[in-house]
Amino acid sequence: MMIFWLLVFLIGATIYFYNRLVSLKNQALEALSDVDVQLKRRYNLIPNLVETVRAYASHEKEVFERVTEARSRAMVAQNFKEKEEAENFLSQSLKSIFALAEDYPQLRASENFQKLQDELTDTEDKIQAARRFYNSCVRDLNIAVESFPTNIFAQIFNFQKMELFSISSEEREVPKVRF
Amino acid sequence: MASVYENIRTNQRKTIFLISTFLCFVVLLGWFLAQAFGNDQILYFAIFFALFQSFLSYWYSDKIPVFLVGAKELSKKDNPKIYRLVENLAIGAGVQTPKIFVAPERQPNAFAAGRDEKHSVIVLNQGLIDLLDEKEIEGVIAHELSHIKNRDVLIASVAVVLVSFVAILSNFVLRLSFFGGTRRDSREKENPLGLILFFIVVILAPLIAQLIQFAISRKREFLADGSAVLLTRYPQGLISALEKISQNRIPLKNQNPALASLYICNPLKERNWFSNLFSTHPPIEKRIEELRKVSF
Repeated sequence: MMIFWLLVFLIGATIYFYNRLVSLKNQALEALSDVDVQLKRRYNLIPNLVETVRAYASHEKEVFERVTEARSRAMVAQNFKEKEEAENFLSQSLKSIFALAEDYPQLRASENFQKLQDELTDTEDKIQAARRFYNSCVRDLNIAVESFPTNIFAQIFNFQKMELFSISSEEREVPKVRF
Repeated sequence: MASVYENIRTNQRKTIFLISTFLCFVVLLGWFLAQAFGNDQILYFAIFFALFQSFLSYWYSDKIPVFLVGAKELSKKDNPKIYRLVENLAIGAGVQTPKIFVAPERQPNAFAAGRDEKHSVIVLNQGLIDLLDEKEIEGVIAHELSHIKNRDVLIASVAVVLVSFVAILSNFVLRLSFFGGTRRDSREKENPLGLILFFIVVILAPLIAQLIQFAISRKREFLADGSAVLLTRYPQGLISALEKISQNRIPLKNQNPALASLYICNPLKERNWFSNLFSTHPPIEKRIEELRKVSF
């Protein structure tokens, strides 16, 4: 009789912890795809921005090339770390394109440029927000994977810890043009 | 954050409890009235009424409060800044972007309502948008989003709708007894016990309803403040927002006590022992004190 109840208890615990890990993992994955949605929005805005800036500052080739390259690198990046680095690099190169506006008053005054800048600033905010939410989901998952007794079930069913975005203070600053 | 999901479950359980309490309460009220008047139809009416209102309060928990304050929906074009603020905070909190409404009130205040994430609204008073700066508004919106995420809004909005209906019902019965009273006395002597019960119920009804309501919402203001700061990472925004809101003396045009518990700060200004007894919010000073302790 004892063995029977023990078995019931073990099966119950397994179901509970397994399901908990599954839901935590899926929450994290969903949060990650939310980050991708925002990143895609940024990819789509960049060609427009480059075209607009080119119209006013055509000989700043280096800057355009860097942004375009950073964009394509970010789009093909495969694993988490690679992608994060590429995205950070893209953010940096976008800053340099916005910095151009300081030298080109006409560009700065352009309505199209202002609109794009506005959109990109907003997208940048949204990327940060989505990453923060992803981090909070992953934190929950990682805590579960590491702490007792969930760690036993995590090992049995092979649940891994997931990686966090490091939101550097530099990156937190939104690309802005100083007037 | 794991506790958020537990919170959701507790809130759902409490909502069910609240609705069933309301059902029992109205049916009991109906039974008392049926006894007092010697008319069984009142009981049937009460049962129907209770079921109908419970359903309404759940299903239209977003629309009724918005209608009661006369708020209008805010689109991205009207105020892109506010719209984006809500959008970005909702992404950060991992909830769907709620609909945003603006109520034509000069008092700076705000509330959230709705039965779930998909059907939730944030209502900002015009005064809030006019008087607070962006960081402060961000704090307020984050507070409301936390309410939505914790499902506080479901239980609070259900309570609001139920309480308003109990108040309406008891008002109605009270009036009925005033008009009917003299005629009945001249015709024949009523059963005095029934009459006493009837008056107790009529006077107690709004009181009990109010008690149910405030029992639910006090602690979670602290919780929502905490989650809001976790979201914005900037406690000062919410602190100065709360200061500005609490120092403001502009009264609401549309004073509806049933709605009071929804707001981020109690919108009804007069304070005495009685209003404290029924207050749905902890004192602002206490909340600010808690927020000052937050550090990262």
